[in-house]
Amino acid sequence: MTTPVLQARGLVKRYGRVTALAGSDLELLPGEILAVIGDNGAGKSSLIKALSGAVVPDEGEILLNGEPVSFSSPIDARDAGIETVHQSLAVSPSLDIASNLFLGRERRRKGVLGTVFRMLDRNGMREEARRQLDALGIMTIQNPGQAVETLSGGQRQAVAVARAAAFGSRVVIMDEPTAALGVRESRAVLDLVLQVRDRGLPVILISHNMPHVFEVADRIHIQRLGRRKAVVDPKTVSMSDAVAIMTGAMEPPD
Amino acid sequence: MSTTLSTSHSPGGNPVGGDTRRSPLARLQHLLHSQATIGPAVVLLVAVVVFAVLSPRFLTPGNISLILQQVAVIGTLAVGQTIVILTAGIDLSCGAIMVLTSIVMAKVAADTGLPGLPALLLGFLVGTLCGLLNGLLVTRLKLPPFIVTLGTLNVFFALNLWYSESATIRGTDMPSLLLWTGQTINVFGTRVTYGSIMMVVLVAAMAFALKNTAWGRHVYATGDDAEASRLSGIRTARVLLSVYATAGAVYALSAWVLIGRIASASPQAGQLDNLDSITAVVIGGTSLFGGRGAIIGSLIGALIVGVFRNGLALAGVDVLWQTLAVGVLIIVAVSLDQWIRKVKP
Repeated sequence: MTTPVLQARGLVKRYGRVTALAGSDLELLPGEILAVIGDNGAGKSSLIKALSGAVVPDEGEILLNGEPVSFSSPIDARDAGIETVHQSLAVSPSLDIASNLFLGRERRRKGVLGTVFRMLDRNGMREEARRQLDALGIMTIQNPGQAVETLSGGQRQAVAVARAAAFGSRVVIMDEPTAALGVRESRAVLDLVLQVRDRGLPVILISHNMPHVFEVADRIHIQRLGRRKAVVDPKTVSMSDAVAIMTGAMEPPD
Repeated sequence: MSTTLSTSHSPGGNPVGGDTRRSPLARLQHLLHSQATIGPAVVLLVAVVVFAVLSPRFLTPGNISLILQQVAVIGTLAVGQTIVILTAGIDLSCGAIMVLTSIVMAKVAADTGLPGLPALLLGFLVGTLCGLLNGLLVTRLKLPPFIVTLGTLNVFFALNLWYSESATIRGTDMPSLLLWTGQTINVFGTRVTYGSIMMVVLVAAMAFALKNTAWGRHVYATGDDAEASRLSGIRTARVLLSVYATAGAVYALSAWVLIGRIASASPQAGQLDNLDSITAVVIGGTSLFGGRGAIIGSLIGALIVGVFRNGLALAGVDVLWQTLAVGVLIIVAVSLDQWIRKVKP
């Protein structure tokens, strides 16, 4: 069996007397889209936050390409090549697209302007943003200098996905990327998810939307009561069975 | 394969079209939304024209020089206040920090005979430490900036009264460097103080830093949405600390300008300057909710207040009406900000 790109073993996270994760495992294989589904309170968000460095698990370990890693902040996870598209989008509405794409890893101008005056390479960043948006085929965004708040929900999501795809070298995690979107925009974002995978980056996709999950996922991780209940193949398991496993109405097939 | 995300033009998206189909009012809203400084700049221009018509003395070099001197203290304070407000904070202690540092600079030099430069640097150190204390209380104890700075306002003011023994230090007892900001230089026939020039240089430097450095982007992002910034990998606590500490250093500069302006260091000076600096920032189009605004706007805001007070005084209007006019300006500016924020994409 191939080494998983990202692996979690026995993750535990407690918030006071509430146990959000009760020894959860997860395996993400190279080049796949792994969907994570689960009922509210099943521990999806805590699991994802642990993998993206937003929370530090109380117990358990995380392995990246078989090597144990520990993240104490989102910056650590990012430096390790794990990019996350958060449900809250984590974009700054008043800044422009290029600034958002490079938020927290801005490029400086060459020479004295950059080293002494700490001046940003605004044009360079805009060009690179343009290139990344083009690479993902986001044609409708004309100007990377446009403020993000002038974009529609789907376009904002595209900016967040483009950022993850541009800088993620190992893993891209997407938390409910279609939750707030209409039919057409969801379609476009799902296409982006597929494109990211086709460029060779494995994706963890968290979603409540079963048709979306069954459409794009290669495998489906079902989270229940803070643990991994099962991993199923969307080609052999029906949507209603997956929901039944998720809610505890059915035991997973062996 | 190319993905086409629906734009406002396509069916299923927002049915409202581009600029051409917006009402004039909506277009104005969009313009002000993208360029927050336009509103204050127009107000300033109109005010200057009106007062110039009302009083022939308004646009004389002497009067312009006077306005610039009156504005210099609030204008520099407003630079520190702006960066704090951009992070969705507020600094009520700025005036107290300024007065405390002015007393430290002047009294240390007067009492111990310390030369001007070390006294000045000591003042900057004190100002920065005061700002840092605000920043630590905001980031470590996670207290609202309003409460933190309301508390430190009183603390710093008490320290100021204690150290100064409530006595004013006369300019004649100080090294001349501390009074240098009150000296004037001839610029195109107008006597301009070095303090006013320092204000303009400070505004330019801070505007550059906010616009062209990563730190500046992070200040805006943190004020816009702190949690989103944290998830984007910005060390928001560090940004906030740097903002409050920088603001403290800026207030020390205001202290230097203040000493030059009143040719002494008084523990009772600048009592209401904290509110005046907030007024300048708000009138200048910076949003109290953070993430939106510009330093240049605050300079314009300070100039608007200065021009209103001066122009109304020249027109023979009683001081109470000047204060009323400033109050109305504040409310108009904040209402405008609320309206601008409701802009539709």
